[in-house]
Parts: sequence; structure tokens; C-alpha cells
Amino acid sequence: MAQDWPRPPASAARLRAAASGLLALAAGVCVVAFFAVFFAWPVAGVLAEGLGSAGLGPVAGLFASPAVRSVLWFTLWQAAASTALTVLVALPGAWAVARLGFRGRRAVRALVTVPFVLPTVVVAAAFEGLFDRFGLADSDGLRLRHTAWAILIAHVFFNYAVVVRVVGAHWAGLDARMEDQARVLGASRLRVFGSVTLPRLAPSVVAASAIVFLFSFTSFGVVLVLGGPGRATVETEIYRYALVRLDLTAAAALAAVQLAAVIALVSLSTFLERRRSRPEPMQPTGAVRRSRLGLVANLAVMGVLLGLPLAVLVERSLAAGGGYSFGHYRALFERVNLLPDTAVAALGNSLGFAVAAAAIATAVGGSAALMAVGSRAGRLGRLADAGLTLPLGVSAVTVGLGILLVLDRPPLDLRTSVAIVPIAHAVVGIPFVVRTVVPMLRAINPRAREAAAVLGAPPRRVRREIDLRVAARGLAVGAAFAFAVSLGEFGATSFVPRQPETLTAPLALFRLLGTPGDALRGQAMALAVTLMALTAAVVFVVDLLGDARDGAI
Amino acid sequence: MNLSTVSIGARCRGAGFGFTRAARSWPVAVAVALAVALTASCGRDDPASTEVATEEGTDGAAPEPSAAAVDEPASIEGTTVTLLTHDSFALSPETLEAFTAQTGVTVEQLAVGDAGQLVAEAVLTAGSPLGDVLFGIDNTFLQRGLDAEIFEPYRSPGLDDVPERFRLDPENRVTPIDYGDVCLNYWIDALEGPPPAGLDDLTSPAFADQLVVQSPETSSPGLAFLLATIARYGDGWEDYWAALRANGVAVTAGWSDAYYGEFTAGGGDRPIVVSYASSPPAEVIFADPPVDAPPTGVVTDGCYRQIEFAGVLAGADNLAGARALIDFMLTPAFQNDVPMNMFVFPVASAATLPDVFAEHAAVADDPLMIAPATVEANRDQWTDRWVEIVLR
Repeated sequence: MAQDWPRPPASAARLRAAASGLLALAAGVCVVAFFAVFFAWPVAGVLAEGLGSAGLGPVAGLFASPAVRSVLWFTLWQAAASTALTVLVALPGAWAVARLGFRGRRAVRALVTVPFVLPTVVVAAAFEGLFDRFGLADSDGLRLRHTAWAILIAHVFFNYAVVVRVVGAHWAGLDARMEDQARVLGASRLRVFGSVTLPRLAPSVVAASAIVFLFSFTSFGVVLVLGGPGRATVETEIYRYALVRLDLTAAAALAAVQLAAVIALVSLSTFLERRRSRPEPMQPTGAVRRSRLGLVANLAVMGVLLGLPLAVLVERSLAAGGGYSFGHYRALFERVNLLPDTAVAALGNSLGFAVAAAAIATAVGGSAALMAVGSRAGRLGRLADAGLTLPLGVSAVTVGLGILLVLDRPPLDLRTSVAIVPIAHAVVGIPFVVRTVVPMLRAINPRAREAAAVLGAPPRRVRREIDLRVAARGLAVGAAFAFAVSLGEFGATSFVPRQPETLTAPLALFRLLGTPGDALRGQAMALAVTLMALTAAVVFVVDLLGDARDGAI
Repeated sequence: MNLSTVSIGARCRGAGFGFTRAARSWPVAVAVALAVALTASCGRDDPASTEVATEEGTDGAAPEPSAAAVDEPASIEGTTVTLLTHDSFALSPETLEAFTAQTGVTVEQLAVGDAGQLVAEAVLTAGSPLGDVLFGIDNTFLQRGLDAEIFEPYRSPGLDDVPERFRLDPENRVTPIDYGDVCLNYWIDALEGPPPAGLDDLTSPAFADQLVVQSPETSSPGLAFLLATIARYGDGWEDYWAALRANGVAVTAGWSDAYYGEFTAGGGDRPIVVSYASSPPAEVIFADPPVDAPPTGVVTDGCYRQIEFAGVLAGADNLAGARALIDFMLTPAFQNDVPMNMFVFPVASAATLPDVFAEHAAVADDPLMIAPATVEANRDQWTDRWVEIVLR
């Protein structure tokens, strides 16, 4: 990309440019430091502790065992199948939110994010309720409970929003006139999609696929609860060896294999993403189409896939005392014996953590994305681009235990610091920001920057007026995901030794579902529905902010 | 140990101060966020912290005369003791306040995941413990903690009031605090005939496709139930499970998806589940709408007893405070508060049960137990065999 922006000769401007260069360098150092301290070091700590004296012998030993090989194979194929299925089902949804003009578009975009915050136990209960109602549980013809299909369907349910929002945000910024021209020249709709739209969408489709794959690759609760106790993936085996058997060598060997697979996948996907990126024309017109059929079909898919399970939860949260009432919601304000505080207080904690996590993820992820595509990016930028995606594919057990192992000495004695909770959440949220923003920044036409520079804008102003404006929508999408991921996070949080009063909503929910009694279960459902509503509301507002910053260039 | 919540120290906030004018540009946003994120480290940037580190490094050799557990309330007054527990730990708020009022010691609590996670984390941080007292290691994982030498022996005077059968460690590295029995529960109205009398009945055709259990690989009651069958049938446990499988036993990963998924309570079609002897009182206390009697019953044969222990962690900063807290856990104030908050039974003879427990909780006839060392030596091979027999 253009490295020779014409610079005004004034020394003040030169000074400012130097300062901005320095700031960029400082930000780069911060990104690397954050990644190193809160991800790379803990993971390295676990690998060193587990494999220290043994070296790579145990890793080789894994591949020799047929049982472990079948676990590896199942992990890979279910993740690949989940990804393919999710992209297939959700791509039309991405088109609908990007291209169709309909009332409530923003609401739909916010609502699809809701599954993200739901704990697996709750989703499993909703799905099994549905399976029962439609006779899919134990009937001979179609049995879904404890099958691989149940896992795949749940993964589509959880990850639908990733494709809709990541691809949708990119799609909305593409110039629709290209498709129009192709149509005028006589190409069929399918042809236009295949040879005009899809190639330009490829970077964000690859990015979204990588996220979905990594999420499915490390999925834990879905596999055990919906897949049944007989299923094992690399993730569930790491948990079993590390925590149930306390065999850190075997756990570390599995973690090493998981890390290697994730590095390979992320390298491949970021390479594909980079190669497929093409600058777009300078004036994308977010053209708005009307298609009643397209809209109805998409809303129907969303209704069945997302709406039905969520409706089951809403119904259960309202069923109280033999009838329907808001009793369980009122109960959220009272402390039950089992919990250190009220459920509402736990919601408040979760909200605070999620806001902090989203802020950290947006700042670190946003800087990393700018580093990755910037003119002076080079190797470091590409490394940040790929590296910051890794946490999505690494077990919460590895990171959780790693933090306990390495962050135990001043000045970084953070093991029992409450700050670790939002930081751990942010580490998982950052990949969403990076993967959403990078494809959008790569689509910026360098001529836009050149034009701005020619008109006298200093480099920092160019960044602010062009890059940041284009990135705004992506940042909003990424921030919303980081927020939702944090709000629903369970695994990593449970590892952090916390003061009881900093209980999060998902942890409270698990406690409520861990003791018999309809009142507790009803309250758990009410808490889940409140979490959903909170997510939808916050994502809606974040989208509004993102859209407001986003303007035609 | 300085475990308090991290506050944003004035010195650290200064780090991002000079840039506020340019707050809109991205590098500053990162710098500020990182400064906030790293505040934790700055927060304890005092000269004392390095000394603490070296002290912790000297391998748990207690500086004070540990044999003399002399009561010196004056010496612990004003100190803080850190209590490390699992997430299921709960008490009435006034209980620990009473301890503070009596001793002048403030209790700071730290909770992590489940009992398995708690023990794993305590073992991994042995020598550099997360707290002073650990509560929540049970007899299925006890040996693991003892082997890793995470505890420091202490005999509380309150132990005299605890029946011999709960004291599993003659060296007093851990102190029994509460117990619970893992028993079969049944949904009274969903059974067609009489409930099973014991483990033997479950393999009979009358109870075909009626039982749901949890996997011992991922669930604490699941493991307890497997151990109950091993304690009962000895080497015959494998045949017993093969017969259970032939009789249509269902398996889930955890307690919640068994009780609220397959069991009648959650709309499932299996009326018998592995749960606790204290589940029926919970069904009454948390009933909606209110009920006088629980909808579930307990099979009192073939129960496995889980005993929960507390211990002073080796390398504890506040040894005297830790001992005082263990003493307090055996007093009626603590013991009487345990049932309604954690749904387990107190071990002290002097403790009294709340009415709803006395009325609706079952007590196992002759609870089964396997010595912690035997469990530790065989657990992995037993669960491996169980997976082969029941799931493969």
C-alpha cells in the first residue's frame, strides 16, 4: 500500500507525525504485552509444567493411541461439519440484514446475538423440551437426544449470529452497483452471487468460518450435555485429564495438540483472508433491496432455529405456581439461601465485567486490526492478526490453570484479583473484533487515503477520517460479541478464585439449577431470559453507535 | 497475602493522563485500557510485596511454634483469614459476622468452580496457596490433597464432639465439617409399583428403563454412586453394571441434566435418579406452588456417604486465624447453619437440624464408603472400566 503520502513541509506537522508514529508503536507494544502476559505466558506455563521433563514424548504417544486418534477425528469433523452447516444456514441471513430494507432490521441483528449468552445447560433443556414436544427424543424414526446431530444443531444455534453479523457487516459495505451491472449484462442471480458477490465476500466468510470452527472445536457443554456422556472431544479430554485425573502431563500433551491444530487453522484462514481481500470502489452504496420472499424465508429460519428454543425458555420462566406469572422474575430480587447475593446483584456484576471486557477487547483488538492492515504493518502486524485469534481455539482449562501457575509473583500476582475476570473474557472477545474489522479495513481503497492526503490531511487525520470510520461498524459488531461472550462466559470464570459477592449471572444460574425445587428452576429460567433481554438491548445500542459513526466516504 | 479487590491506584491512573486530549485516537484507547488492565500490578507496587514473595518461597516452614496452639485472641485480632471454597459454599450472612465479633478476625472468601476444580487448583498452587483455609474437599478426592501435602496438621478441640466415623485422617490434616449421602431418589407418583428396596432391585424387569445416573467421569454424585456399587458388590460390580445397562439405564454428564432432563422432575420419563438424601427437603423448601410433603422419596439402601473436610493450607499467612476459623466451623453457630444453605448435614453431635430436614430428609441405613487411599489408587481404572461397560 501507499507509503509515500505527500506530507506538508511544516515542522509542526512533522512533529505530529512523529508523535503519532510513537503512539502507534506504544499501542503495538501494549497489544503484544497484553497477549503475552494474559495468554501466551499462561499457556506456555501449563505446557512447561505438564511436559517439562517429558518433552514431546507424551504428544507422540497420543497419536499412537487409537482411542485418542478417534477423539481427535471426532473433534475435527464435528467442528468442520458445524461450520459448514452454520455458514450454509446463516449466509442468507447475512444477506437479509445487509441488503434488505425492512422495519426492525436492527432489532433482528441484535436478537440473533442472544443465544451467545445462554449457558449450555439452559439451551440443552430448551432443545430437549423441543425434541420431546415434537417426538424427536426417543421415537424410533428420528432420535436426536445424545446424537452427533444434536451437537451440530446446537452449534448452528449458538453460532448463527457470528456469520450473520460478521459477514453482514462486510456485505453492507460492498458496492451493490457491481451486481446491478452484472444483472444488466444478463447474468443470472445465481451467477451474480457466485462470481460477483461471493468472491468479494470471501474474506469475511473465511473470518466468520474460522470463528465458528474454533468455537465448535473447543465446545464443552454442548458436547457433554447434548452429545451425551459417551462423547469426547479434545476439549472435554483436557478437562478430564487436568481436573478429574489431575494428570497434567496428559492434559498438557492434549493442549499442545489443540494449540498446534489451532495455529495451523488460523494461519491458513488469515492467509486466505489476506489473499482474497480486494479494495472496493470508493463509494460503496449500501443499496437497499426489497424481497418479500427473501425476508419471509429468512425470518422463518430464524424463528424455527432461534425463536422456538428461546420461546420454550420464556414459557418456562413464566410458568409459576401452576399458572403463569412474573413471580420468578420478582424472586430475582430476593436472595436464595444457596447464593451469596441476589440474582439481580449477580446480573449487575456480569454487566460490569462485560462492559470492561468489551472495552478492553475493542481497544486491543481494534489496534491489532489497524496494525495488521496498516502500511507499516509488515510481519508483526500479520502476527498480531493471526495470534490474537488463537485464544478462541484454546481450552479455558489451559488458560485458567496457566494463570494460576504463572501469575503468582509480584508484580503480577493476579491470581485472585477480580480484574482477571474481565481480562480473561476480553482475551476471548478480541478475536471477534480482529476478525470482523480486518476484512473491512482491507476493503478500503488506497485511493481514498491518497485523496485525503493530497487534500492536506495529516496521516493521523487520514486514519481517523477513513480507517476508523470504515472500521466503526466492524468495531461495533466485534464489541457486541465481546460483550455477549463475557456475559455468558462460564468456563474461564469458574477457574478464577473470586470473592462470593462477585458471582456472575451464569455461575448463579448453575447454582440455581444444581439443587432440586421448581422455584429454583423457574428463577434460573427467569435469569436466563433476563440475560437474553439485556444482551439484545445492549447489542442494539452498540449497533446504533456503530451505525452513527459509519458514513459514506 | 493481599487478596483484596484491585482498586485503581492513583499512580497508575496517571499513566494515561497526558494523552486525554487525543482520547479519540486508537493507540491512546489501547494505552488507557492496558493501563487499567495492568493496574492490578501497580496496585501492589509497594516495597513490602517483595519481602512477602521471599517469605512464601521458603517452603511452608512455619516460623511460629506450630505445636503450641495456644489461645491468644489478642494476637489474631484485627487480622484477616482467607477461606478458599468451591462455588457451592454458602452460609447465612450473619454466621461469619459472628466469628468476626468473637475473634476480631475478618474472613475473606474466595470461591472456585466445583470440588474437583478446587482440589486441582489447591494442588497446583501447593506451597504458594491461594488462601489460609480450604473448605470443601470430600472423601472421594481427599487422598489427592493429602498426597500433595497441601494441608498443615491441626487438631481442633471441637473434634471431640464429632463421631469417630467422620474422622478419616488420623493425622488431623483435615477436619470433618459436614456430610451428605448420595442416594437413589424416586418420583412417588410416577412409579407404577412400590419403589425399589435397594440396589439389587434396579436390575429387575420391573424397573427397566426407569433409572438415570450421572457419568462418574464428569459428576460427583455419579462417581459416588459407582463407588457405592463397588463397595456393595466388590468384584461383581462390573456384572452389576452390565445388568443395569441391559435393563436400560440412562446416563447423563451431570446432575442437572439427569434431574431436570431425564428424571420426572423436569418432565422426563424416568422416575428414578441418583441424587442426595437431602433432595426431598429442597423439593419442599423450593416448591412452587408450596407443598406440605415432597414429591420425591429416597431409597435408603445403597447410599454412598460423602464427608466434606476443611484444612489449614500449608504456607498459610495467617496460621492462628486459620486455626480459629476451623474451630469456629465445629461450633453450633456454623454447624446449625449448614443444612439450609448447602443441603448437607452437620457432623457435630451437638448440632440441631431444622424442622424441614428432620421431617423430610432421609438418613441412610448403612451408608457405604471406601477408604480415600483405595479410591485414589483405583479411581481412574474403575471409571475406565465403567465407560467400557456402560457407554461403549
